[in-house]
Amino acid sequence: MLLAKIYVTLKPGVLDPQGEAVGNGLKAMGYKDVTSVRVGKYLELQLDTDDKSYAEEKVDEMCRRLLANPVIEKYRYTLEEQR
Amino acid sequence: MKFGVIVFPGSNCDQDVYHVISEVLGKPVDYLWHGDTEVSGYDCLVLPGGFSYGDYLRSGAIARFAPIMPAVIDFANSGGLVLGICNGFQILLEAGLLPGAMRRNDCLQFRCQYTNLRVENDETPFTNLFKKGQVISIPIAHGEGNYYADEDTLKELEANKQIVFRYCDPSGEVTKEANPNGSVGNIAGIINRQGNVLGMMPHPERCAEVILGGTAGRELFASIVEWWERRK
Repeated sequence: MLLAKIYVTLKPGVLDPQGEAVGNGLKAMGYKDVTSVRVGKYLELQLDTDDKSYAEEKVDEMCRRLLANPVIEKYRYTLEEQR
Repeated sequence: MKFGVIVFPGSNCDQDVYHVISEVLGKPVDYLWHGDTEVSGYDCLVLPGGFSYGDYLRSGAIARFAPIMPAVIDFANSGGLVLGICNGFQILLEAGLLPGAMRRNDCLQFRCQYTNLRVENDETPFTNLFKKGQVISIPIAHGEGNYYADEDTLKELEANKQIVFRYCDPSGEVTKEANPNGSVGNIAGIINRQGNVLGMMPHPERCAEVILGGTAGRELFASIVEWWERRK
């Protein structure tokens, strides 16, 4: 079994109203050091395979086709062995 | 001329669209279930508003892979008329039938209100009963209608007259104040290069009868019929 941890984030330059609102909230709470917040998505996929290169190919394909929208988002992932 | 209204799990404007086509226009229309795989026999497909598949992940992202979608994509690619309204527009973007993507409204609010739209292109099958520059009033109801396309795509949309509607003030000026969601260029609706697939965030089916407060939406649906009749 492999565990894929996938991070989907907005591309730099794409406005993130949600991140801005969270950032303003943090500033209002007194965290003056916060200069920018970007909100993204985190996904975990359990894969019924031990073949890392196969899994990599499939996870990448899933990211491109569904999990991220390449017009506004980018993605990265890690694969971990799981017992 | 026969219409098909595609029903996804979570669509909630399908019955309004069906009503306008059957009762207001008096044209034949069927519901098409997302699990169907055939769209033959139809002349115009409508992807209605709502929250298909709960809009999980991204609006329209999962609906785009519904069993009926390969047939819809084939239909569009062979010149069939496709109208995507609100969530339907989001699905068309995810499916790649229209360029760009939707982001959350810049105000972070769900906006449910009448908007003024300037008709930018009156030569489409969906807008031929309007006049270029005309200001029409059609309501929106969405939380993610903040249209985005990169610079090159925007230039291309402009050059090919693919921007069909822009949010404007009552006098037709395209201003920042008239933009309800932060959409680039105040874009409210675009058409594909071939001119047969229209996506728009405003809901024409909600303003197609006097009793509902407006009739601009009726003209949009009537344009489709008009275009079809003229073509024969």
